[in-house]
Amino acid sequence: MVTELDTAASSTAAPVVDEVIEVRDLRMRYGATDVLSGVNFKVRRGEVVTLLGPNGAGKTTTIEILEGFRMRSAGEVTVLGIDPATGGEQWRARVGVVLQSWRDHARWRVRELLVHLGRYYEPFSTPERRRPYDVDELIDTVGLHERADHKISTLSGGERRRLDVAIGLVGRPELLFLDEPTSGFDPQARRDFHDLVHRLSDLEDTTIMLTTHDLDEAEKLADRILILAGGRIVADGSAAQLARQVTGQAEVRWSLDGEHFVHATPDATSFVRELFAQHGEAVGDLEVSLATLEDTYIELVQQHETGHPQRAAIAFEEVGR
Amino acid sequence: MNAIAHSARIGVQRGLTEFRQSLTSREDVGWYVVTGLILLGVLLLQRGGTVEGTNLSLATLSLPGILGMQLVLGGVIGTGSALVVHREDGTLLRAKAVPHGMVGYLTGLVLGTSLGTLVSILVLLIPGVLVVDGLTDAGISGWLALVGVFTLGFLATLPWGAMMGSLFTNPQAAWGLGFLALGGLVAISGIFYPIQALWGWVQGVAQIFPVYWLGLGMRWALLPESAAVVEIGESWRTLEMIGVLGAWAIVGFGVAPVVLRRMARLESGGAVEARRQKAMQRV
Repeated sequence: MVTELDTAASSTAAPVVDEVIEVRDLRMRYGATDVLSGVNFKVRRGEVVTLLGPNGAGKTTTIEILEGFRMRSAGEVTVLGIDPATGGEQWRARVGVVLQSWRDHARWRVRELLVHLGRYYEPFSTPERRRPYDVDELIDTVGLHERADHKISTLSGGERRRLDVAIGLVGRPELLFLDEPTSGFDPQARRDFHDLVHRLSDLEDTTIMLTTHDLDEAEKLADRILILAGGRIVADGSAAQLARQVTGQAEVRWSLDGEHFVHATPDATSFVRELFAQHGEAVGDLEVSLATLEDTYIELVQQHETGHPQRAAIAFEEVGR
Repeated sequence: MNAIAHSARIGVQRGLTEFRQSLTSREDVGWYVVTGLILLGVLLLQRGGTVEGTNLSLATLSLPGILGMQLVLGGVIGTGSALVVHREDGTLLRAKAVPHGMVGYLTGLVLGTSLGTLVSILVLLIPGVLVVDGLTDAGISGWLALVGVFTLGFLATLPWGAMMGSLFTNPQAAWGLGFLALGGLVAISGIFYPIQALWGWVQGVAQIFPVYWLGLGMRWALLPESAAVVEIGESWRTLEMIGVLGAWAIVGFGVAPVVLRRMARLESGGAVEARRQKAMQRV
């Protein structure tokens, strides 16, 4: 048994690529409808990237193509250096997918299911990346310690989702996909989940790609946000970059001798430097805020929902320029 | 190849785990007990009198046939409905998301349903032997023959259950239609009364399907040689039985992988979510 596993492991040596995901001109068409009409983006090793967009924008379609669960109509896609459409089981072992549990494996206990699913990864263990994860460590990581020997049917919605994440991680993936991970969460569960994702991204440079329709969530979680609308990526950058791209302005508020001032500027840093150079210690109540993405994003969602996804996307891109 | 063998071993463990869970689940045990009691009740009612041309009671003739029916029920409806439910609730998608997970899942499914079917048969057979006369004479060779028929019958029905489970999307529809079709077949296959009582063309139809042949095989295994007089041609037709069941098994195992592969390819989170939404509306 041991020798067998070792043989399998030696052939699993992963090609090291810096671009974990590369998508070029990805197109998806259902009947006469183009859901994706030329999507382009890259994800680098260790990044946490959020695919943000209104419901129905094609986020799930995109992520399922990347997961190898769905065939694309056209375009080039590589995930961990391999086309997911022909990925095979070696590739599968390097990718973690967080699926939303509903009532599957209801009779299984938490630890029992994790041990079971983890065993599938044993032949794919390498000296650099031991597979599967130690199950008890994993259970601690997702905070299910007290529920480890309970039946899955007795878990709350939030606990169940944490189990989903644990299952996605059990093979110690190099890349983890999460599709709308917090839908149906109460605020506390959502916050706990965000903490969990932050902890995960620090673990052994796991690259994380998740989808959400919630801008606030995307801002909290991601190093980089990709906004998908009208079948294309209409914005790509950190939350701060996108905010600047959208407004081009930052708002600086300060007080001088009890009097309050507001000034809008595209370059807050030099403005503030100037301010201190001129007034020094007299400056008080300093506040620099980038106008949030929120307004532009909500406008985009509204346009999308009233049936003008193309117009919404164009509007976003124009503001961006 | 090694990773595949490894997954098959995990699948065996999975089948045993699910079987153990089934034996400690109130619903499953209830199902075994209730069906066992109903069928036992039928046997008790059939005890009086003998079947024309033999010195055996109708109950003695029925019991082996009922065992055959339970086997088809487990092989087709058991396997099929498990698969439909697992597609709906996302179990199958989880299997698809881990390396060689399908191998393990299918191994577990086959082992789990065959053990479950075995229980549903033992639940009837053990009290049945005590209640019904003439079965204790079967001897070692008879019980071995029973094991052989069980294995062949399971191979003949299982792939068809798996295909049914791949084609249906709604668990209730799969159950309903499966039971309806099977009920019809049982009615014409000489399970509860000798097939000779039916019209010739009905007998012809029944002999296409495995239900009749499984009943015949079970009777051949358990009943005395003399009971063959109530069969078609007054013979157990063992070779024909093996031939027909074997043909169902071979065709089934030839076609099922194609159907299963297609079904598995179409599984995705979106597909599971769509079925979840539909199921929520049903409830």
